[in-house]
Amino acid sequence: MTVHAEPRRETVNRLGLWLFFCSEFFLFAALFAARFYLAGPYHAKVNQPLGLAITLVLLVSGFTAYRAEAGIRRGDRSAFLRNLLVTILLGLVFLAGVGVEWATAEFAPSSIFGTAFFTMTGVHASHVLSGVVAFALAYRLGLRGHFSAERHWGVEALVKYWYLIDVVWVFFFPVLYLVRA
Amino acid sequence: MVTRAVEQQSHGGPWTAFLPLVRGLVWAMIGFAVGAALTAVVRIAGGRSAWTFGLSFSVGYVFALLGWLLGVGMWERWGREWFGRPTVEEGPTDWRRYLAFTTDHKVIGIQYLATFVVVFLLAGLLAMLIRIQYLTPGGTVLDNATYNRVMSMHGILMIAVAVAIFVGSFGNYLLPIMIGARDVAFPRLNALSYWLVPPVAILLFVSQAFGGWDSGWTAYAPLSVRNAPGQILFCLAIITFGLSSIVGGLNFLVTIITMRAHGMTWGRLPIFVWSIFATSWIALLFTQFFAAAMLMVLLDRIAGTSFFAASNGGSAILYQHVFWFYSHPAVYIFIMPALGVTLEVLSHFSRKPLFAYRWAVGGFLGILAMSALVWVHHMFVTGVPYKLEAPFLITTEIISIPTGLIFLTALGTIWQGRLWLRVPMLFALAEVFNFLIGGITGIFLADVPTDAMLHNSYWVVAHFHYTIMGGEIFALMAAIYYWFPKMTGRMYSERVGRLHFALMFIAFNGTFLPMFWAGVHGMNRRIATYVPSLQGVNDLISAMGFLLGISFLFFVANMAYSLVRGRKAVANPWGARTLEWQTSSPPPVENFLVPPVVTGHPYDYGVPGAAPYAAFAPAGGSGEASS
Repeated sequence: MTVHAEPRRETVNRLGLWLFFCSEFFLFAALFAARFYLAGPYHAKVNQPLGLAITLVLLVSGFTAYRAEAGIRRGDRSAFLRNLLVTILLGLVFLAGVGVEWATAEFAPSSIFGTAFFTMTGVHASHVLSGVVAFALAYRLGLRGHFSAERHWGVEALVKYWYLIDVVWVFFFPVLYLVRA
Repeated sequence: MVTRAVEQQSHGGPWTAFLPLVRGLVWAMIGFAVGAALTAVVRIAGGRSAWTFGLSFSVGYVFALLGWLLGVGMWERWGREWFGRPTVEEGPTDWRRYLAFTTDHKVIGIQYLATFVVVFLLAGLLAMLIRIQYLTPGGTVLDNATYNRVMSMHGILMIAVAVAIFVGSFGNYLLPIMIGARDVAFPRLNALSYWLVPPVAILLFVSQAFGGWDSGWTAYAPLSVRNAPGQILFCLAIITFGLSSIVGGLNFLVTIITMRAHGMTWGRLPIFVWSIFATSWIALLFTQFFAAAMLMVLLDRIAGTSFFAASNGGSAILYQHVFWFYSHPAVYIFIMPALGVTLEVLSHFSRKPLFAYRWAVGGFLGILAMSALVWVHHMFVTGVPYKLEAPFLITTEIISIPTGLIFLTALGTIWQGRLWLRVPMLFALAEVFNFLIGGITGIFLADVPTDAMLHNSYWVVAHFHYTIMGGEIFALMAAIYYWFPKMTGRMYSERVGRLHFALMFIAFNGTFLPMFWAGVHGMNRRIATYVPSLQGVNDLISAMGFLLGISFLFFVANMAYSLVRGRKAVANPWGARTLEWQTSSPPPVENFLVPPVVTGHPYDYGVPGAAPYAAFAPAGGSGEASS
């Protein structure tokens, strides 16, 4: 009965996902701009080695997320699950790193740099956490054989979301850890 | 299959309709307890007290919101999928579906419309209360603190109506039909977007138990960081509402881009669809800034940050930048769909092609492009750097050019038309009249020297109500009367409708035109009292204001009576060309029995040799339009 001009479902989904990313970009841009509006290029004493370490962890997790998607794309379920698990663990390591950073920070949230630092890392970490939770659900589904070479839109969407989180951090890291007046 | 579902449902009696809502509330309470308990565990581990209102409530609310959504029906339709279980697609098909988590865009459109008409009338009652307060210069019924809360509540409820009522109800109900689609691109996201709204309403009303908030709908810092804890609930409500807005905008964009019927090229889109397209971009992108502003207020209150604490190096001006970067584009969320409907109605009821269709589209896209470049004009008197004032004066003046294009399109369409003065047309013509006054009086607020005098006076109140009430709400009424036959299958009463129009038009202008005068003569906005010399004009405004309130009784009576007793409507009572009129009233479940193929332009009225707008492909002939 239906001969509407129905586009491919994945085309529709992808467009929706990218529009969601555009929207997210505005949220992060608001925080990014607020950081410079309030504190200029000034930054308090931060733990730069730790910051570099968690940045590397997140970047590597982006690579393993890519490997996971590539695995399911060619139907290699064990490679998919293995890489997904590593991604989840790296995400948790990143969150732990942020936790250590928060616990040992030498500046208070009430200081002007602290305001920007805790808000930006906090909003970003909450996105990482949501990604880890969603990956964990996807891992559970994967164990039960729910994804295949033909049907893995959920994995593709989550991995792209993970890239967004990575890219945001690539901008947040230098403005929180590196720039200097 | 449909009848079986009805039989199943009818076993339980009418009270089963409320089961999803009850379950949503119960799950929300459980979620709240979980969130508050988690907060308590973390705080006790850190050696602090288990409960602190701001933090515990906020974390509890996040879990409560999730519980509400899952409980109200998202679990069956969506959540089960996350755990690899099949989703449940059946739901009630009778009136109970209006109280359920359903994915039918027409049901969601009605849900939005009913919800926000109720909110609109409630917020209108608060306006009546404000006019009662102004019966004497010293105020009659409200003390200063209560007045501030009433004014704030009136403001935010009306803003919520202005944001959601067009896009949520007419966007949802009509947009898929107008482009020849069966539904929106993401039906479940659509349902999510509606069911995020009740928590917003609940939070705003419950916040009154926690001292409410007295910072207006704008919630300017630093007041919003220091006032009663009700402000925290306000912030959470706005973030939730923002999420609803973003999800809705995303859904409409994808729908318009990917779901158009065969032959529905961009140049054949009805102008209302174009207006929703431009609006949706604003909702998708800029709403994040409102959420960010509310997040900053929340963090300052519950996490001890210093965004707006000047003593620690923060800046209250930052709040206004972040806030207006959304809230100025937001006024185009209010007005663009209204202008879209106005052009739609003007063309159909002038029996003429829409004048300069392409320029009108350019107007909407021009407003979209400029919308984020004018926000500082709200801040001319709040101490922004002097060098920002001239550029924003100029950009504000420039944005009147695309707006003017749309206005000229309206005038050109009426010009030498054969005007068919039915109720929708009367409201559309009034919209053009009111919006002109709103636009012209805005020039004085865009220009820095006059704004310095007029800011925070009733001039601003009058200007704003002329654009939003005179512009959007009059267009809303045009839309309701215009599409009432389509949505309900019945005709409204033309006579009562005309009475409603006459009363509303006279009372509206009688209420808000004198406010310009009051503003120029020193009446301050957002103040519980006024100088005694302005009592005369305020008496006039109050009398007209009450008449304006009364005019809506005719509206409600007309709608309620016509819904039950109205004459049966035919498929196309207006003889209009657009697709929604080429299917039955109300439309069948997936909108068209035979999918349409678009072959002409939507507004070719009286054009010799114009192609028909749509053909209904396989069955031959004009499908159900002729039945």
